Amino acid sequence: MQRILLLALVVILIGGLLAGCGQDQPSNQEGQNDGAKQGEKQDEILSGTITIAGSTSVQPLSEELRKVFEEKHPDVTIYVQGGGSSAGVKAAANGTADIGAASRKLKESEKEYGLTVITIARDGIAIAVHPSNPVEGMSLEEVRKVYTGEITNWKQLGGKDAPIEVVTREEGSGTRGAFEELVMEDSKITDNAIVQPSNGAVRTTVASSENAIGFISVGFLNDEVKGLKIDGVEPTAENIVAGKYPLFRPFNYLVKGEPKGIVKAYIDFVLSEEGQKIVAKDYIPVK
Amino acid sequence: MNNLNRLIERCIKNVLFFCAAISIFVVLLITVFVCIEGFPIIKKYGLLNFILGRKWYPLDGVFGIFPMIIGSIYVTCGALLFGVPLGVGCAIFLAEIVPKKIAKILRPGIELLAGIPSVVYGFYGLVVIVPLIKKYFGGSGFSVLAASVILTVMILPTIVNISEDAIRAVPAEYKEGSLALGATHWQTIKRVILPTARSGIMTAIVLGMGRAIGETMAVILVTGNVAKIPGSFLDPVRTLTSNIAIEMPYSAGEHTQALFATGIVLFVLIMFLNMMSTFTRSLRKGDKLSG
Repeated sequence: MQRILLLALVVILIGGLLAGCGQDQPSNQEGQNDGAKQGEKQDEILSGTITIAGSTSVQPLSEELRKVFEEKHPDVTIYVQGGGSSAGVKAAANGTADIGAASRKLKESEKEYGLTVITIARDGIAIAVHPSNPVEGMSLEEVRKVYTGEITNWKQLGGKDAPIEVVTREEGSGTRGAFEELVMEDSKITDNAIVQPSNGAVRTTVASSENAIGFISVGFLNDEVKGLKIDGVEPTAENIVAGKYPLFRPFNYLVKGEPKGIVKAYIDFVLSEEGQKIVAKDYIPVK
Repeated sequence: MNNLNRLIERCIKNVLFFCAAISIFVVLLITVFVCIEGFPIIKKYGLLNFILGRKWYPLDGVFGIFPMIIGSIYVTCGALLFGVPLGVGCAIFLAEIVPKKIAKILRPGIELLAGIPSVVYGFYGLVVIVPLIKKYFGGSGFSVLAASVILTVMILPTIVNISEDAIRAVPAEYKEGSLALGATHWQTIKRVILPTARSGIMTAIVLGMGRAIGETMAVILVTGNVAKIPGSFLDPVRTLTSNIAIEMPYSAGEHTQALFATGIVLFVLIMFLNMMSTFTRSLRKGDKLSG
């Protein structure tokens, strides 16, 4: 009898716990509305919460911007979540996030949601090899053939006689998605490619192997690896801004309708000189 | 007073029961959740297609996890191949031979191994073991072998500690009897102590195996994560756990479900191992001296 009572107690307690979790959502929503109302009265103290969800490539940048914005406006709380670009588009469309983040253009099927696209930064994709590799550049076509497995030896590219170790990202990664769209066209990345789960892991892999090739966000280039020239153009910020370097993608914020209240204040901050300076640390600013 | 004591007694009993109930409840919750998320895709795609399929193109709707199952088994077998002789040998040394002074250094050292975060093992493997294998054995270095070497070190504490306990639990009379009959120390270890401690050592191995099969982060960094059945110990490989951990952050829809379904397969595999360990433990009670 006692056991049954206790079991009931346990169930009730846990039920309460779960209910508590469920209630978080609406109270959050209220906070946002409050914030939006107060934000409309300009120059008053901003308060409320903003949720940003989407691309994990944009996530580190949003985190940096969030920190500075929250320091300036202590009453504003910004939640930065991942989920991927597609999830970001959906979240912005159905209102689960105030701002969706996507590291790609909107697809045709996504244009009907009525989202405002604000490009906050650009990110280049660098083709990275070991610094000791004599190959300095490749054509886009050659990169594609390396990744499909048609070219398998550095000799074919003017390097030494050694097999190419192809390194790629996991299925679903935003960087891989952009790489596939920009380089691979309709062909598939070879099955034999080593798969590493992050920009950092790809870089370490390339840095520790003389014959490896990998693609990483330009922000991740450092002394350990060498970014190849593509069609003769180096992967630098200037070349990407000038539109000469072919491998780049936009970092977009998506807002349902027009941005209002604290969301507008935040986006204005991101696009301001101060915000773009933060962008410029690792990515290419839009202004 | 007596009444109060009884009340306290009852309260404490109930609190303890509550703690036990919570842990069971959490296990149930996770099981149910993983199953709810994963079953639809297994049902839709077919259990056999899912488990025996050799192609994994999740974005094109092709979900075959056979290479990952084989990958997990290879990597684990490799770890046991190195880890069992090393671990059991170390346990014998610690329980039977070691002078006290050395034991004072050795035992905390081995326990420390268990405390190092797995990502540290993985990173060490990525920058040290992988290039070493590449240099001396060829291939890309990302391989079953690299993962086995890393996992060997990671399962050592489990195997050593439990084996040592099992060896120490052998009644002193057995050893004394054997020595009194004129057997040497090694003969006694080989013929009397090890056979008696056999089921305890088996438990140690099974638990080590569980640890190896469940390890994720260290394995991701050194295996290359290619979803193909490896042809040799030097080929890259992807395990069940890496498959889930690598692709989960970006996946959506059926892809996510397929990853949960991978989790179900892993769950069944590990449950089977745990049952084996319980089984060998219950065997130990009925053990007799043999050999």
